[in-house]
Amino acid sequence: MALGKQQAIEVGTTTSQRERRKQLVLLLSRVWAWVFLGILIVFFIVSVPIVSEGSVTFLTVRNSQNILVAITPVLLLGLGQTFVIIAGGIDLSVGWMMSLASVISALVIRETFNVGQPLLAAVIIGFVATVVGTGFVGFLNGTIIARLKVPAFIVTLGSSFIVRGVAFLLTDNTTVIGLPPGLRDYGNNALIYLIRGEGGGVYFLNSPDVTGDLLRNMDRVLPYPVVLTVIVVAIAMFLLKKTQFGRHTYAIGGNLEAALRAGIPVDRHIISLYMLSAVTAGIAGFLSTLRFTAGSAVIGDPLLLSSIAAVIIGGVSLFGGAGSVMGTVIGALLIAVLTTGLVMLNVLPFWQFIVVGVVVILAVLIDQARDLIIGRFESE
Amino acid sequence: MITTTSQAEARQQKREPVLSIRQLVKRFGGLTAVNKVDMDVYPGEVVGLVGDNAAGKSTLIKCVSGVYHPEDGEIYFQGRRVNFARPIDARNAGIETIYQDLALAGNLNVSANIFMGREAKKRHLGGLIHTLDERYMLDESKQVLDTLEIRFPSYTEQIEKLSGGQRQAVAIARAVYWQARLMIMDEPTNNLGVVEQRKVLELIHKLKEQDVPVILISHTLPDVFAVTDRIVVLHRGRKVTEKSTSETDSQEIVQYMVGALDDSAEIRTA
Ligand SMILES: Nc1ncnc2c1ncn2[C@@H]1O[C@H](COP(=O)(O)OP(=O)(O)OP(=O)(O)O)[C@@H](O)[C@H]1O
Ligand SMILES: [Mg+2]
Repeated sequence: MALGKQQAIEVGTTTSQRERRKQLVLLLSRVWAWVFLGILIVFFIVSVPIVSEGSVTFLTVRNSQNILVAITPVLLLGLGQTFVIIAGGIDLSVGWMMSLASVISALVIRETFNVGQPLLAAVIIGFVATVVGTGFVGFLNGTIIARLKVPAFIVTLGSSFIVRGVAFLLTDNTTVIGLPPGLRDYGNNALIYLIRGEGGGVYFLNSPDVTGDLLRNMDRVLPYPVVLTVIVVAIAMFLLKKTQFGRHTYAIGGNLEAALRAGIPVDRHIISLYMLSAVTAGIAGFLSTLRFTAGSAVIGDPLLLSSIAAVIIGGVSLFGGAGSVMGTVIGALLIAVLTTGLVMLNVLPFWQFIVVGVVVILAVLIDQARDLIIGRFESE
Repeated sequence: MITTTSQAEARQQKREPVLSIRQLVKRFGGLTAVNKVDMDVYPGEVVGLVGDNAAGKSTLIKCVSGVYHPEDGEIYFQGRRVNFARPIDARNAGIETIYQDLALAGNLNVSANIFMGREAKKRHLGGLIHTLDERYMLDESKQVLDTLEIRFPSYTEQIEKLSGGQRQAVAIARAVYWQARLMIMDEPTNNLGVVEQRKVLELIHKLKEQDVPVILISHTLPDVFAVTDRIVVLHRGRKVTEKSTSETDSQEIVQYMVGALDDSAEIRTA
């Protein structure tokens, strides 16, 4: 049976015009969050000076840095969550996990420093302890989910209560204070210092010794927590898009049965996903300890829902199989820009919740509309 | 054992069977779904496995592919006695099964599916970091699809956007790429349009050209007659006949399927 090239099995034909329209819809559905973010920024740039009668503007170096600092915890919680949800799971424990991490890192740094270790060593040991501690809880989460087949929703809901209890027990329901004062620098120093106006300039790594107006005009560009978060984002992107680990994450979320039959070590993979999620939440807690020079058992809880909102706005499907790290970054940015902008407009802060809620639902509606439109093209 | 002309021919060619099933028994509680079935598959041969609903076709092939574990009997694959604990073991041995649900990930593209679980990687920094070798996987995928003369409008699109027949083609290409020694297809043309059904049948011919033997389970007798060399009929768990496709017709096969004819009964009474 020798088929010529012309008779080759033409599996499916598509007219180029229909294809182009389809691509357009796909493109729009992919970039709408960017476009929306752009519109928001322009809107705030225009409206903030009007409302505040000209003295305040939205687009300043300081404001942009504030936004970046504000999104780091939400983004970090969202990053691990992105992997977990792409694989078809959910991790409800990240909020309290961040709290636990904040407490652990504060206690470990304080005690290590108190026994006479240098500050840098205390910080490093605190970091390792945080990663190991949260990683262990993530390992338990993943093991119960993958091996004992308990739904992720239940397991991580339960473990979030447990983690919460442990965090409060460790702190005796107070904030962990008495941390070495130099810790502040780790959490608040920046890569670049920018001083505007006369006698100003650009300084790197070390805060210039200035006072008065110069100090008031100084902006910290790329504070260390932001730098660390950018590094984690880059690693997450690489992991998801370029490695076998990422490919298996998508495969498991796309068709669990197929992944199993293809010989992917599904159980082991799921366990490492919950460990990843716990550890990124742990890093968020660690950074909050550096930033506030204190450990707090309540710091993470309010961020859980924001982080899930960021993930969903970013286009990660709760059914698994779809999503990207960049999407989650945009989702987190969108929420932070909204929040900051509304505050500057002197709108009551509660409005931010309402707007974020609307955007979350909108995001999912846009995804559905896309599938509907594409489906219609295909059945034409 | 029922000896047919085609089996005799095959033996004359001194070709060892790829798969031999001997006296296989599989029970579910009190129900004997597969009852002392013998079956051979020779290299490059397409064998049709037919029978009424609940005849035991799926159960029989699931015993071969490691999904079920038979109570009794033996399975020989490429001359060796096998006893697959899990489906993945059968797959690693070279037995590919294409089920209706396909075992593909709809959110991944063609080459990601062909390489699923066995991704090609590039080494960086002296093996410290491994990244996916997308270029290689795409090139290899195109090559195997070319051999099978399958064309897609796009290789980078998620396969859930492809038609049922196209996905069937991806599954078959994957099996060919990973050098399946035996392909089992359980009603591969179910839920497909007429045109797509024909394409799948053409692909079965392609597999035959690649010397990959195929077991085809189907209720559509015209399809079975179009592509098979031999037809095995099951009835209530027993093999009631085995005919060379060229020496029978669908009327006769139907009579075996409904139990009106039964070679095994003749043998038992003889
Ligand atoms: N997992 C199982 N547990 C219990 N009984 C089963 C199981 N699988 C199959 N059976 C029974 O075994 C018998 C054979 O089923 P099987 O699926 O092999 O038939 P089939 O020939 O593939 O039928 P069909 O053409 O409808 O697919 C049926 O009576 C069925 O109900
Ligand atoms: Mg069946």
